[in-house]
Amino acid sequence: MLAELWMWITDLGNSKMVALVIFFTTFVGIVLYVYSNKARSERLESYRYVPFLDDDEHKPQAESPKQGEK
Amino acid sequence: MAHSAVVSSEQYNYEIVKKFAIAAIVWGIAGMTAGVYIASELAWPFLSFDIAQITFGRLRPVHTSGVIFGFGGNALFATSYYIVQRTCQARLAGGTFWPNFTFWGWNLSIAIAGTGYLFGISQGREYAEPEWYVDLAIAVVWVVYFLIYTVTLVRRNQPHIYVANWFFMSFILATALLHIFNNLAMPVSLFGAKSYSLFSGVQDAMTQWWYGHNAVGFFLTAAFLGMMYYFVPKQAGRPVYSYRLSIVHFWALSFMYMWVGTHHLHWTAIPDWTSSLAAVFSILLLMPSWGGMINGIMTLSGAWDKLRTDPIMMFLITSLSFYGMSTFEGPMMSLKSVNALSHYTDWTVGHVHSGALGWVAMVSIGSFYHMIPRLWNTTIYSTKLIYTHFFLATIGVILYITAMWVSGIGQGLMLRAFDEYGNLAYTFVETVAFMHGPLAARAIGGMFFVSGMLVMAYNIYMTIARAKQEEKTPVVAVAQA
Repeated sequence: MLAELWMWITDLGNSKMVALVIFFTTFVGIVLYVYSNKARSERLESYRYVPFLDDDEHKPQAESPKQGEK
Repeated sequence: MAHSAVVSSEQYNYEIVKKFAIAAIVWGIAGMTAGVYIASELAWPFLSFDIAQITFGRLRPVHTSGVIFGFGGNALFATSYYIVQRTCQARLAGGTFWPNFTFWGWNLSIAIAGTGYLFGISQGREYAEPEWYVDLAIAVVWVVYFLIYTVTLVRRNQPHIYVANWFFMSFILATALLHIFNNLAMPVSLFGAKSYSLFSGVQDAMTQWWYGHNAVGFFLTAAFLGMMYYFVPKQAGRPVYSYRLSIVHFWALSFMYMWVGTHHLHWTAIPDWTSSLAAVFSILLLMPSWGGMINGIMTLSGAWDKLRTDPIMMFLITSLSFYGMSTFEGPMMSLKSVNALSHYTDWTVGHVHSGALGWVAMVSIGSFYHMIPRLWNTTIYSTKLIYTHFFLATIGVILYITAMWVSGIGQGLMLRAFDEYGNLAYTFVETVAFMHGPLAARAIGGMFFVSGMLVMAYNIYMTIARAKQEEKTPVVAVAQA
């Protein structure tokens, strides 16, 4: 069974489907990673301020919180 | 969590950014003027004056290379070197020599290639016309660019790599891949300009359009999105609307763009499944494209008044609007049934320019108006002139693309019309006669855009001159005292 699956994957004729499965699952994984965890979401959103960190002339204005955010 | 570290601007290598920024404006004016001239030749053919070097076929690659690689390329070098330093809070790697090597290497390569086009030296590959010796020079420059960028990222003082840098890295890597594989060729001799591609027939066409569309995807889109993700928040004074959306935007674009090039070859001898696959992925691309556009525009949420009061913001947000419009139009044109009408007509030319002028040029111009005064530690000479530039550019783009819609859709419909006996209703020459009016309007649209660029050049020149004057003034004052 595993040998058959391996033969199917390594067959160049199936490369398009293999590529599609790899890319699609990776992409779904990235979307889940980005949106699934609240603490991670907050960490990721904190990176929005990176362009302002070396800037003492323009500080970003305070924003009203978006829906669903504290 | 992001770390905060204030670094003085003296620690950055701004000299190289200044050089690339000025070169971009010079190439922009030269390349766009060549564009206006060939557009005028199509409307008024006597303008070629029977001089081979300035005929449409020779000047057209001068225009495309001048604006894509001269204006766009220099703008990307300038803004990427500026952004990577400021978001990593680290000086550009490579000392002064290697960044300067990329400046002279890049600009000399374009100048040599462009001069060759006038004398008929061309590979005949769209947007990849330079012959083998220039291709090799560009490859060397690009590897150095990659190393400078990567080493700067490695040396960063900021733990997180800001998303704009992801887009620039994707642009650098993808462009290297595209440039090397599309230009695989065998020179006829070591001292001759001519070479022959390693590909032929259908493989040649598919390699060319794999390159051609991904040049649009990674050179003219991903990299300018990097520009957008830095300069829109900076000019708005507000962080980007959603960082998570920017991550999904990046990966979705990176995964999808590579599949769509074959939509340039609908209804040709390519396998049908490649055509369908390209159309499907083109439609899918609408989602990340609009996700990115919404992310950029919504950054202004709560500060919409800037659209009335800040002409730089007007440039940036209008560029995003054109990005949204052209990324809707593109997938629509990639549908086989729509493509049957649009292909080989001016509709394609109009679509390209709504992206190139409306998106690429406008986001670059907006970014330059933000960046250049900061490079010279001054303020812009005239805000009124930025308003003037904005309206000249917007009128120019709208006139251009509407003229091309009329010309392209009109010609497409005429070429597909049949009379009551099943014969073609119009000859080709009749379609050309119909196109004369729109072609003249297109040339005038281009003149508007170039006029705006000249206004910008004057404004920037005066800004820099005033900055140099301000630098000297304290010295003179001290000397007099």
